[in-house]
Amino acid sequence: MILRLALASLWARALTVGMTILAIALSVGLFLGVEKVRTGAKDSFADTISGTHLIVGARSGSVQLLLYSVFRIGNATNNVSWESYQDVASREEVDWIVPISLGDSHRQFRVMGTTRAFFEHYKYRQGRSLAVQHGVVMDDLFDAVIGADVAETLGYAVGDPIIVAHGLASFTEHKDQPFRISGILAKTGTPVDRTVIVSLEAIEAIHVDWRNGAQVPGQSTSADEIRQMDLVPQAVTAALIGVKSPLQTFGLQRAINEYPEEPLLAILPGVALQELWGIVGVAETALRAVSAMVVITALIGMMATIFSSLNERRREMAIFRVMGARPRVIVTLLLLEAMLMAGIGAILGLLLVYLGLFIAQPIVDSAYGIWLPITPPGLREALIVLAVVVAGAIVSMIPAWRAYRLSLADGMTVKT
Amino acid sequence: MADPILSLGDVRFRWSGAAHFALDIAAFDVARGEKVLLLGESGSGKSTLLSLICGTILPQSGTVSVAGSDLSTMSSGSRDRFRAEHVGVIFQQFNLLPFGTVADNILLPLQFAPHRRARTKDAKATARTLCEKLGLPKSVFTAKAATLSVGQQQRVAVARALIGQPPLIMADEPTSALDAATQTAFLDLLFAQVEANDASLLMVSHDSRLAPQFDRVVEMEAIAKTPRAAA
Repeated sequence: MILRLALASLWARALTVGMTILAIALSVGLFLGVEKVRTGAKDSFADTISGTHLIVGARSGSVQLLLYSVFRIGNATNNVSWESYQDVASREEVDWIVPISLGDSHRQFRVMGTTRAFFEHYKYRQGRSLAVQHGVVMDDLFDAVIGADVAETLGYAVGDPIIVAHGLASFTEHKDQPFRISGILAKTGTPVDRTVIVSLEAIEAIHVDWRNGAQVPGQSTSADEIRQMDLVPQAVTAALIGVKSPLQTFGLQRAINEYPEEPLLAILPGVALQELWGIVGVAETALRAVSAMVVITALIGMMATIFSSLNERRREMAIFRVMGARPRVIVTLLLLEAMLMAGIGAILGLLLVYLGLFIAQPIVDSAYGIWLPITPPGLREALIVLAVVVAGAIVSMIPAWRAYRLSLADGMTVKT
Repeated sequence: MADPILSLGDVRFRWSGAAHFALDIAAFDVARGEKVLLLGESGSGKSTLLSLICGTILPQSGTVSVAGSDLSTMSSGSRDRFRAEHVGVIFQQFNLLPFGTVADNILLPLQFAPHRRARTKDAKATARTLCEKLGLPKSVFTAKAATLSVGQQQRVAVARALIGQPPLIMADEPTSALDAATQTAFLDLLFAQVEANDASLLMVSHDSRLAPQFDRVVEMEAIAKTPRAAA
């Protein structure tokens, strides 16, 4: 019955109590939302490449190799010679190998030379393959397949011509050899969305008239002439490798790292991703700290509300006291009230997050390629709710202590 | 007086902090079954006296005995429990928890007084009967206390003080918020129920017109010295 009276008392102050609960719900929602987005982003990040056992490039750092080969961030310091690439490719552990050739660009997007095997073996988000949304995978030497972001940003459709520029952010263009868009890929949420993919031979082809990074003056070979040429590349930037048995991964990695002809580096994508995430993790911690502080702020707001309610409730407390309630009962009532508000707020916040997830999941996926999984609340969520309730109780100790002092001092003499 | 329900002897009380106000009572008794009106102006220490009898405050010296037990020998927790068991209190006004129903309010003291609860066989039925006897319409029983008129609220407060038959009923100017006609009716009902319960009544007021209805009228000035008044 006392519990019912406590609830009735809360109900009588529905507006302020509701506001307080709303503030707690929003803050808990924010906290849990940030957690969801954080883990979702982390998973999406880790999902950028899957199914690839090793990435091979010129010797540099593992994070650097991962950044330029998978994320198209930064540049390769050196290339892998075609001979070395062939040596690695012919090793018996290698199940498949996909060469990558980078260095040119189209507008703000990178151009990547590769083989058709890329579409077969590049996997993201737990083994999903690339899908062509419009058109087909490149067929002709001067065909290009573009990522979803490229198509959307530049408004390209299948059949449109595009001109590749030499280098990055460059004004010298390979005008003599225009490409034609043969296919547009479906959105993946990976850097592939921002890549123009051409064949490895095409990369060679557009550089036929070029020596030492500049076009040979006056020389211009026509597309048809180029088609007749033998376009074996001299080097590739990196290669993705799948091994026949995962057990061979480390052996192959060591063999490549100790390759005597050329300094090469083979990395495990998962390990390099972890390393990279370790660097990004600082921002992640900051984000969590900020959202935790928002929760604390809401709880302090609740404390203020309870404090300000004490005066108008001195009568209520005096009645309880005169009926024989010990000051302890008054304190318990206040703590209970605070825990109830914090608990309801936290659970509402949880519901809010799920509601938000249901609405935002497809939007976030298509806009940012971040997949926010909707999983039933688990121990983690229960712990967060519990933590908020406990924090609410701790915070309300202060007004409860004041109520204790007031109810001792007032006795039954309050005349308000 | 043999076996008084209330007995004060050589009580001296001073509020800590308030150096000027103090209350000295040499002797004051209320017999069992007696209905006493304590008359005094505001500031004469009536409320302080009620707090002393309730045991929410303790005198610096002297004894306050309720139903034969000296309050000063008890811990504060047992005083709370003792008050819940033995004293029914009616305030001037705003007696009730406005957000609770009439039933909740009447039954509230039983929560803190196991003996009173045990004495009340069927608490809800008893509360209903009390309401009926106090002339409250049946419909108010489940209504929120805040929706009642002041007169009705005061009658609910009487029912709350009486439930479980505590031996001492204390009322602090319960009629001051009522108009003259309702006052008399209210007091008649209060007396009838106090008598029916074999309880004693100590009522505090500044209104001497109420005097004829009581067994005994005591002037506050006659029993208490308040040094502040003298100063």
